[in-house]
Formats: sequence, C-alpha cells, structure tokens
Amino acid sequence: MTLTQKGRWITLVALMCLAAVYVRALAFTPVERLQGLAQKIFYLHVPAAIWTETAMILVGLASIFYLFLKDARLDRFAEASAEVGTVFATIVLTTGPIWGKPIWGTWWTWDARLTATLLLFFLYVGYLLVRGAVRDPGLRARYAAVLGICGMCLVPFIHLSVFMFRTLHPQPIILKPSAPSLPGSMLATWLLSLAAFTLLYVGFVTQRYALSLMRDAHGGGSPSHV
Amino acid sequence: MGELIAQAWRVARKDLVLEFRTRTALVSAVVFTALVLTVFNFGRDPTAVPTIDLAPTILWVTFTFAAMLTLNRAFQLELENQALEGLLVSPLSRTSLYWGKLIANLVFVAVVEGVGLPLFVLFFDVPVGHVLAPLIGVIALATLGFVAVGTLFSALVMRTRFAELLLVVILLPFLVPPLIGAVQVTARLLGGRPLSESVGYLKLLAAYDIVFVSLASLLFRFTVDE
Amino acid sequence: MLSAEGLRHAFGEGGGQVVALDGVSFNLTSGQTLAVFGPNGAGKTTLLKVLAGLIRPQEGSVRVAGGRRAIGWIGHQSHLYEHLTVRENLLFWASLYGVPAARRGPRATEVLSRLGMGDRADQPVWSLSRGLAQRAAIAKALIHDPSVLLLDEPFTGLDLAAAAELRALLGELRGGGAGGRVVVLATHNVDEGVELATDVAFQRRGRFVHFAPRGGRGSSEIAEAYRRAVGGKETDG
Repeated sequence: MTLTQKGRWITLVALMCLAAVYVRALAFTPVERLQGLAQKIFYLHVPAAIWTETAMILVGLASIFYLFLKDARLDRFAEASAEVGTVFATIVLTTGPIWGKPIWGTWWTWDARLTATLLLFFLYVGYLLVRGAVRDPGLRARYAAVLGICGMCLVPFIHLSVFMFRTLHPQPIILKPSAPSLPGSMLATWLLSLAAFTLLYVGFVTQRYALSLMRDAHGGGSPSHV
Repeated sequence: MGELIAQAWRVARKDLVLEFRTRTALVSAVVFTALVLTVFNFGRDPTAVPTIDLAPTILWVTFTFAAMLTLNRAFQLELENQALEGLLVSPLSRTSLYWGKLIANLVFVAVVEGVGLPLFVLFFDVPVGHVLAPLIGVIALATLGFVAVGTLFSALVMRTRFAELLLVVILLPFLVPPLIGAVQVTARLLGGRPLSESVGYLKLLAAYDIVFVSLASLLFRFTVDE
Repeated sequence: MLSAEGLRHAFGEGGGQVVALDGVSFNLTSGQTLAVFGPNGAGKTTLLKVLAGLIRPQEGSVRVAGGRRAIGWIGHQSHLYEHLTVRENLLFWASLYGVPAARRGPRATEVLSRLGMGDRADQPVWSLSRGLAQRAAIAKALIHDPSVLLLDEPFTGLDLAAAAELRALLGELRGGGAGGRVVVLATHNVDEGVELATDVAFQRRGRFVHFAPRGGRGSSEIAEAYRRAVGGKETDG
C-alpha cells in the first residue's frame, strides 16, 4: 500500500470514529445542565484545539532535528504538520463561535482558548508564508525551521499571557491538576473524540507528506541532501 | 567571550555611526511616532472615555509599530555594496553579528521611545512622574523582547520578496505575549496600583526576554548564512 | 596553504538541479596563482565562495592555513559603506580581522599610499569615482595582509588602463616562492588572467576539465586550449 493510500485509510477510520463519537454524544451522553445541546460541540472543539497546539510543537521538534540532521524528511513532516495544524486551527475558530453564540450570545469572544488558537493560526500562516516566499529549497527549509522552533517556544508564552489576561471560557475541566471532573460517560465520549482527532492528525499528515514526496520527486520542493 | 562582545560592539558602533550620520531613518522613525500619537488623538472621544483608560494601549501600539518599522534598517544597511558578504567572509562570528545588530537596534529604538514617551505625556496629559522609574523599566523589558525576536526575523526575511511586509506578519504573533504583559503593567502603574500587583506580568516579560534572546542568538546563524 | 578535497555542491532539486561543483580537489602553496577559467555558470563563483567559507559544501572540505583571517576577497562588490570615509571603512574591517588596535591606523595609511590613494583617505566612499572606489575595495581586501587572495571576476567593468594597473598590482602582491601569497583568480575571460597564472584550470559544469601548472606555455597557447575545451560557449548550464 502506498503512503497516500495508508493515509487515506487512516483518515477514513478517523472520520468513522468521529461519527461514532457524535452518535454517542447525541444519543448516549447526558445533556449538560447549563449549556444545553450546544455543549456537544465541545467534543469537537477541544480535541481540535489540543491538536492545533500539539501540531505546532511537533513542527518545532521536527525543525530542531532538521537543523542538526539536515534530513529532508523532517522538513517535509514539519510542512505537513503545519498545514494540518492550520486546518485544525480553522476548525477551532469556526466551532468556537458556533458553540459560543447560543451560550454567550455573541459570535466571537476573546476567551483564553479561542485567543490562543487565533494566535497559533497566525503563527501557522506566517510559517506557510515564509515557506512560500523562499525559492531555494535548502534556504526554505532552514528559514522554516528557525520560525518553527520560535513558534514552538512561543506556545507556553501564549498560554501564560492569554490565560492570565482573561477568561470567559468555562474553566478547564479536563486538563486540571486533579482528576477530570466530567461525569463518566461524557469523559468517555471526549476521550474517544481525542483518539479520533489523533488518528485524523496522523491520517492528514501522512497524506500531505506523501504529496510532498511526489512533488519533490518531480523537482522543486524540499531539499534532498545526500 | 570578551572577543565576542568586542566584535559585537564594533558592528554596533559602525551601525550607529552610519545611522547618526545619515539620520534619515532616525528622523523618519521619530516623526512616525509623533504622527501615530497624533492620529490616536482623533480616534477617541475624550468626554466619553477617560484618557487614562486608553493610555497604555496608545503607548504600546505606538511603540510596537515604531519598533517594527525600524527593524529592517539593520540588514538593509548591509545591502549596499554587499557589505553583508564582506561580514560573512570575515572572521566575525555570526553570534557577534547578531549581538551587534541587536545592540544597534536597541539604541535606535531607545532613542525613538525616548522622544515618544515625553510626547505621549504631553499629548495625552498623562502624569507619569511618580512612576517614571518602573515605567522605564517595563518599557526596557518589553522592548528587549520585541527587538531580540525582530532582529532575528529581519535577517530571515532579508532575502525574500516583500521583506518588510513579511516581517510584520511573522513578527506580530510573537509580540502579543510581551505586549499583554507590558500593557497590563503600564495600566497598573498609571492607575497607581502597587508594583506587587504586576509581579506575574513582570515575570512573564523577564522569562520571555531570557528565552528569546538566547534562542535568537542560537538560531541567528541559520538565517544569515547562504 | 589552501587545499580543497572532493568538493561537491548543487543548487535546487530534482530536474531543475544545477551542479555547481562536481568533485573539485586541489592543493596550493605560497607563490602559486591558480587561474580558473570557465564560462558563466560553470561554478567559479561557487568555488570561490566555498573556499572563502561563505558556503558550506554538501560534500568535501576546504582547508585554509590561518582560517578566515588569512583570506582577502576581491569580487564585484566592494563591501564598503558609502557613508563612511575610506579610512573609517579600513579601520572597521581591520578591527574585524584582528589587526591590533595600534597597528590599524598605520596599516591603513600604508595600504592607501601603496594604492595611490593617500590623499583620499578622509573622503566618504560615495564621493569617489568608480576607479577610486575599486581601489578602495582592494585596499579593504588587503588591510589585514591576507596570505590568501580570492578574486571573483575582478576585471569586470574595468577599462584597459585600469585592468592593466590591477594586473600589475596583483603581480606585485602575490610575491614569489615561500614568502608569497596564494592567489585564486576566477574569470571567464582568458586573456585577462592568463599572464598572472602559475597554474591553470578550466572549469565546466562544476568540474575541472583541465588542471595543470602553466609550465612554459604562452598566453595564446593556453587561450587556444581553453577555447577548444569550452568550444566557444559563453555560458554553462
């Protein structure tokens, strides 16, 4: 099976998982008392946000290794992760308002998570712009790596500053120091969603990586040093 | 180590001699600052919102944009007669080059802020005398972070198309965390709050500076070599 | 003094790849002047940049006795700051190259008078004529008394008189025997550099298709050999 095909299968499985999550969410988990039906979107929104951030950290890690090892595969992976991260950021930034409107009466809120994801979105866009602006593959990979590492290091600062600044968002109920305070069935659904998004990330990145491989084989793209 | 600093200082001194001899960039930056402050005056209704509430925002937006515009001068300077190539052929270490440019940029921005702050006080009638020392401290802390990252990125965009525009786009997300810190501390200072209330944000600024000055020093050579 | 081993370097990727260096190796000692002739695009500038340490080759290595401090570079661009005076430029570059502080001033004066520019020392570079600016660039390259000189098409844009002057200067500079410098001169015009050479190489598509001491060969002989090797092409790749 080629890389692209593997990627497609993984994505398919992920989407099926996601569908299963939704069935569970709509039919089998209780409706949240304060937020009603709209709260269901939380199963989509939060794992996507987690992966938006994780994708950036992975871009950064791949970039560090690229600067040491100069392996083109690391650069391709970084590029793929950045593009997928942008997609996930977009998911968060669109589902956020959809969730927010019925609950807070407004489409956009500068709450901590949305703001942080917005900043990540800009980071991704900047990263992709730099990639697009440099013609020479070696230079492009190097510059992107520098930016990727800086972006990864910025993530904790984004968290700190944005969370210090404002919170309208429901306080984190999953990633708290103590045990998650969701009731059992909601937690299970949420974890399933996280797993589905993990698979989705892997599936998307695999396909995007395969695309880069094909493009590089035909000339132009990531550098390949012997 | 001593040699590193000595070399950095030689580069910085050369930059500053050139800038103060030609003065165009400096004067433009100062005039820009004055203009932005002037424009802000027309953007508000002094009867509706007390100046003091908007003051930190006005100050920091002005300083941020003035600083960003001056960042490109550092490497534009080296374009005439390909002086950068000369610097790279010489025994000058890349780290010394970064520090030299950083120091020159900091002095330059300090001059611009040195004119901007009194103008700000004048135009908006904001009393700062009682908090001048801590205010200057915060300005210095935040500016160091901006300029450290900005100097690295200005080298990165040097060889791309639309360098000035690209610089601003990739830099702004990095400026948001220190900006949040700076504005919050400034607001508290101007509002007469004790410094102890700002400790969290000050720590944020200090941590940002330490992380990004180190990171930029380390990554610089990857942006400037061919 | 200067040795290159198995240099390989290519730009781009896949079908559009340009091979600038394809297995170049050589060894030079004091007093040798290597003239590298080749059409545009043959990789001469890349070779010089690799020798100078500007580009790290994808394969192979370069060793220069004395490191970057020992290298003087003369290319198309002068590396001078227009709004500094000639002397200020020289002092700056001298400081970067580790010339001791006390020596910088006297050394600058020395180099300038050797190039006949003593009276122009305190003029800003923007006010110099083309020819004088060129000489100032050479002064900058020599300020730290480099033992290796790398010249990338130095005769470009010079009229006959200026070119002759430069040739004479280079002849003086390289010295002879054990005390002399190592010079690597790259040019697409055989007639320009052939007199100065002790060793000759023809570069095509990144390779040295000919590399030998000049021996007793006359300029026209070498020029003829070059034209045969290159086949009258002006550009490579």
